[in-house]
Amino acid sequence: MFGTHYKLERHSIGLTIAIIVVASIGGLVEIAPLFTIDQTVEKAPNMRVYTPLEVAGRNIYIREGCYACHSQMIRTLRDEVERYGPYSLAVESQYDHPMLWGSKRTGPDLARLGGKYSDEWHVAHLDNPRDVVPESVMPAYRFLKQTTLRIDDLPQHLAALRKVGVPYTDDMIRNAISDAFGQAVPESPQADGVKTRYGEETTIRAFDSNPGSVTEMDALVAYLQILGKLTDAAHEPQQAQAQAQ
Amino acid sequence: MISQLTLGERQLALATSAVVVALGLAMAVLGRGDLMGGQGFIVLLFGIAMLFAVMSGYYAPEPSSERLAQYYDDPIRAGIIVSMVWAIVAMFVGDWVAWLLAYPDMTFDAPWASFGRLRPVHTTGIIFGFGGNALIATSFHVLQRTSRTRLPDQFSPWFILVGYNLFCLLAVSGYLMGITQSKEYAEPEWYADIWLVVVWVSYLALYLRTLARRKEPHIYVANWYFMAFILVVAMLHIVNNLAVPLSLGSAKSYSLFSGVQDAMTQWWYGHNAVAFFLTAGFLGMMYYYLPKRAGRPIFSYRMSIIGFWGITFFYMWAGSHHLHYTALPQWVQTLGMTFSLMLLIPSWIAAANALLTLNGAWHKVRDDATLRFMMVAAVFYGLATFEGSFLAIRPVNSLSHYTDWTVAHVHAGTLGWNSMITFGAIYYLVPQLWKRPQMYSPALVEVHFWLAVAGTFVYVFAMWNSGIIQGLMWRTYNESGTLAYSFIDSVVVMHPYYVARGVGGLLFLIGSMIGFYNIWMTIRTARSSLRASADQPFAAPSSGGAMQAGE
Repeated sequence: MFGTHYKLERHSIGLTIAIIVVASIGGLVEIAPLFTIDQTVEKAPNMRVYTPLEVAGRNIYIREGCYACHSQMIRTLRDEVERYGPYSLAVESQYDHPMLWGSKRTGPDLARLGGKYSDEWHVAHLDNPRDVVPESVMPAYRFLKQTTLRIDDLPQHLAALRKVGVPYTDDMIRNAISDAFGQAVPESPQADGVKTRYGEETTIRAFDSNPGSVTEMDALVAYLQILGKLTDAAHEPQQAQAQAQ
Repeated sequence: MISQLTLGERQLALATSAVVVALGLAMAVLGRGDLMGGQGFIVLLFGIAMLFAVMSGYYAPEPSSERLAQYYDDPIRAGIIVSMVWAIVAMFVGDWVAWLLAYPDMTFDAPWASFGRLRPVHTTGIIFGFGGNALIATSFHVLQRTSRTRLPDQFSPWFILVGYNLFCLLAVSGYLMGITQSKEYAEPEWYADIWLVVVWVSYLALYLRTLARRKEPHIYVANWYFMAFILVVAMLHIVNNLAVPLSLGSAKSYSLFSGVQDAMTQWWYGHNAVAFFLTAGFLGMMYYYLPKRAGRPIFSYRMSIIGFWGITFFYMWAGSHHLHYTALPQWVQTLGMTFSLMLLIPSWIAAANALLTLNGAWHKVRDDATLRFMMVAAVFYGLATFEGSFLAIRPVNSLSHYTDWTVAHVHAGTLGWNSMITFGAIYYLVPQLWKRPQMYSPALVEVHFWLAVAGTFVYVFAMWNSGIIQGLMWRTYNESGTLAYSFIDSVVVMHPYYVARGVGGLLFLIGSMIGFYNIWMTIRTARSSLRASADQPFAAPSSGGAMQAGE
């Protein structure tokens, strides 16, 4: 063995090839099957996609680096399930490009945040977390309320997401701008189309309590309110049991 | 520096700078109305600055062919200085965000100044800015010495060094503007990623071309590690960053992978960025500078071989230990844990090989802070890899994951191992490269050493405590069978540890600043001594330091 190496280390190209081969095996064995084994991701036929406004909110979540302190992955441990809710299933993040499972909880897990607090609470909390949780160490995001959301490029966002595998229809892409507006302005004519395209359950509200305009606060709160609610697969007992085995 | 380039190389440098200017212009025009436009201006200004730099020396006389008998060290000198600048900037930002967790309002009321945007500035600045530049500089040095040959040309090393720093600059400025992919340690967006691929391929080409010219029949072990570093980082970087951009004029892209596949790919990348950037590259450094400084040969050739191939093979399986108890299929988690445990063997072989090399030179470790930096680095390497394998065990991970224990582990590695070995290498290199008998102040090296050790200990102990307390509080039940603490209870308890962490980081930062001062003064006295001897015919004033052949 050492004799062979004695020869190998005299050939730079041989060494290069050996390194590539040896280093490729682990990744191939662990990653490739995840794309081919069907059981890797559960089936959730009724799962909906993010609305354009939620996509925009998710991008704000990414932009501000929220994932550095908040996970979106409840592990299969008793205390986590009791603290945060049913443990996360793979299918729940199947449309997440990229996933935001996170690796650190400086703040709590957010996988099941949707519906847990009111919009008003979120707006106040994002504006200054210490107004509602005095001991919080989260940064204040005062600019969100004042910043108008950029919605003109949302069709491009949806189209790019479709390219990587999210099932957006032509209709959804074409109406992305008006849907984003409509979801945050309930009284507007654009609001009707949102439910037609994304389902009756879709929340249409002035998330930042200001129906006049669509702000970054609207988008982020809309996203936070949908976390864990795209599908109820994780709440189905037989599904949960099958997963546990 | 420009005067050392041949006319052809100067023209190549001009042409490359012009291409960078054109790219910057294209980004600024296509990306107007998008964050891409701002990035375009940065590229544009960077290109113009390069044009000016090249033009400033364009008409200088061509270098004599005598230089070909010597090693080419100019880019190494520049790399060391740039690396130290990144170190100080990124450590400053790191300590700032550390204090933000203790006093969250200690920042400006502006989007760029919040924790979430500053944190990747710290991680990218340290890993890629400080670590990457140090790796590039030392690899050029080690490669030439152990191959007993000069780099094949003078343009490529500069292209690699300068191009790499353009990548770092785009990354860091992007985070502040709000551009990020959100993949940890792979945050830069698609255009910066493509640029890095171009730089990285030239790095590999330069490495192979230099090896092809070598006058040593055998490739030294340090170069195996540097090659693994270059090759595998390229592989990881390309696969993990596959993404579809909105358009050529948009900074935003969507990752090709989603959900569980993305998580696995990301941590395959993330863990092996640790393995091949922060371990293999720095082991390359250690395998050259530690025996050199100690004046002892490497303890065991066979241990070098086992260590190298063990690390290259086992590490690639270990990434899934970042995903224990998640929605990742359990068979992958189990594989990750198993290989993480086996990884301890090659890791400790490498660490033991380093420490046993010091046998017969321990009196030097006592007296010489530079060698002591390297010794402590090897010890921390051993400690951090042990801790890593330990934390990869599923039940242990159930406590430690998501807590500050991970942060403690990372910093035991980065402060204790990566920074210490880098400082050791830099203190070895600076007097040699600038032709001084020793550093400006050996006493200040000693001060830096103790500040670095103290800072590391304070930091790591604070985070061990906070991490374990957090983990325990989250899973504590009271007598009635319900969770005993709310999440915010655990946040409140963290405060004193976050303050201690800020203090530890500050100690480490002050040490680095003293180190920078010491390096700067060494360079200055080198310059003034050159000036003093300027009337002697053999000291060419424009050469930036005379060089000896075959050091």
